[in-house]
Amino acid sequence: MIQGKVIKFGKNVDTDQIIGAHHLTLPTIPAMAGYAFENHDNFINNFDRGDIIVGKENFGCGSSREQAPAVLKHRGVAAVVATGFARIFYRNAINMGLRLIVCPDAGEIKELDILRIEKDHLVNLTTKQQYRIDPLPPFISQILDHGGIVAYLQGKRSFSESICS
Amino acid sequence: MNVIEKILAAHSTTTLVKPGQIIEVELDYVMANDATTCLAIDIFKEQLQAERVFDSERVILVMDHYTPSSSIDAADSHNKMRAFAKEQGLRFVYDGIGVCHQLMMEYHVRPGQLIIGADSHTCTYGALGALATGMGSTDIAVAWQEGRSWMKVPEAVRIAVTGEWPAHVQAKDLILKIIGDLTAEGAAYKALCFTGPAIRALSISERMTVTNMAIEAGAKFAYIQPDAGTDIYLNQAGRPEYTVFDDDEDAEYQRTCEYDVSTLAPQIAYPHSVDNVGDISSFAGVPINEFFLGACTNGRYEDLEAAAAILKGRKIADNVRLLVTPASRDIYLQAMASGLITTFIDSGAMIGTPGCSACFGGSGGILGKGEKLLTTANRNFRARVGSPDSEIYLASPAVVAASALTGTITDPRRTR
Repeated sequence: MIQGKVIKFGKNVDTDQIIGAHHLTLPTIPAMAGYAFENHDNFINNFDRGDIIVGKENFGCGSSREQAPAVLKHRGVAAVVATGFARIFYRNAINMGLRLIVCPDAGEIKELDILRIEKDHLVNLTTKQQYRIDPLPPFISQILDHGGIVAYLQGKRSFSESICS
Repeated sequence: MNVIEKILAAHSTTTLVKPGQIIEVELDYVMANDATTCLAIDIFKEQLQAERVFDSERVILVMDHYTPSSSIDAADSHNKMRAFAKEQGLRFVYDGIGVCHQLMMEYHVRPGQLIIGADSHTCTYGALGALATGMGSTDIAVAWQEGRSWMKVPEAVRIAVTGEWPAHVQAKDLILKIIGDLTAEGAAYKALCFTGPAIRALSISERMTVTNMAIEAGAKFAYIQPDAGTDIYLNQAGRPEYTVFDDDEDAEYQRTCEYDVSTLAPQIAYPHSVDNVGDISSFAGVPINEFFLGACTNGRYEDLEAAAAILKGRKIADNVRLLVTPASRDIYLQAMASGLITTFIDSGAMIGTPGCSACFGGSGGILGKGEKLLTTANRNFRARVGSPDSEIYLASPAVVAASALTGTITDPRRTR
């Protein structure tokens, strides 16, 4: 079970916001991680390890840079909840085992609310509201449960075997 | 099946695919650039513990985002890429000679291929009837090892475009209008298929402007059915042999959106989202500090030619900068031979090294606090090109050229 306070963003959070282009040549993800959301005061001032990022539509749009979910994971973001995710960010996050939650009502959640993530719904401990979660497709869920695509593929001969199993 | 499903099926072990299905696919090329390769190398070696890429002629590396090396870190990551390329015996490694997508189109892409790239604008290759999409470094590292990846078969949306193109209204104006209508997530996970006489009337260069920006509406693929124009382009590029797929009679599309370019005005996307789009009349007179003509969106010869036609014999406004960066070395050479580069320099422009340049904020053209950029690039995200207190406006080459002459956003249809 994941529980943490909310760092809230709007719609169309692009990957340039998460990690700027001029930091991508740094040699490692830990070296970049300090620059995550560097132009967003709420993240800089309020974020603590284990917190939950909440966005609205199209979270993670723009560049394919995997450094974006990687720096969030490194900083200890417990999960990203959004109305919807841009496809490359979604795939990148799942591949590295960063928990993503699709929640149609994510827009109702506010900065610093305390959120608990249950198996099939979210509980807002601040407002006592509950929100439905859209379930992940089984193939995606399995990748996430293994902690990412690399661990998932270990021991399997091919994607076909994975997809069909 | 529709053409998207047919190309995917041809690269899978199944003969029939449908939207929503997850399939394993064989890849024709796996491209990565200097913003994403070093992370992929780490994943390839440390996590996958892989030794050799699946095919040294189908893994392509491009240095374009930070070239010439714009910092010590960039230089170190370029050297890491060069060492990996040498160790793996890669045949195609492009080092500071153009934007990855432009080079892929000039040297590699064929209709009917399936290509992934560690860059979101990989969808550009649909201009030649290939399916191509962006992925992150882990997917790229896995594909380096396997030569394969997994994909969810997307629903297809048809964008049918009719009408006669008015003077000074360009492919960029059409795609900005479409993104404004669809919104930044309106085509998420979908294949956008551009069709109709006004698309067929576009050169391959202009079609690339359209397919390049499909990702700005969230699309997975962009696609334009190959035609006689495609064949001429491929023959000139020395790639006369290829396979063309087409819709079956029972092909299904989720929906069709119709556009008529006859009444289209030049468009502007205003800060800080690509779907903030309006007619140029709403922005006329907005003062601009820097102008950029280039990028994989609009750095091709015809883009430079359209801008040069407006700039020829004139000077850009006082106290503004115009940066012109050809998208590839071949375009640069062509523009030098025909005198376009001289026209730009005479007008007061700076000429950049072929590459991503001021589109990405990784090399020159960085904006200071409070500055405004009018650019032919594809993104106007906050802080993408420098200061978080700067603003980026997107427009066509004609609009950028006309506006550089006045120093404010200017309708090229009014420039005499």
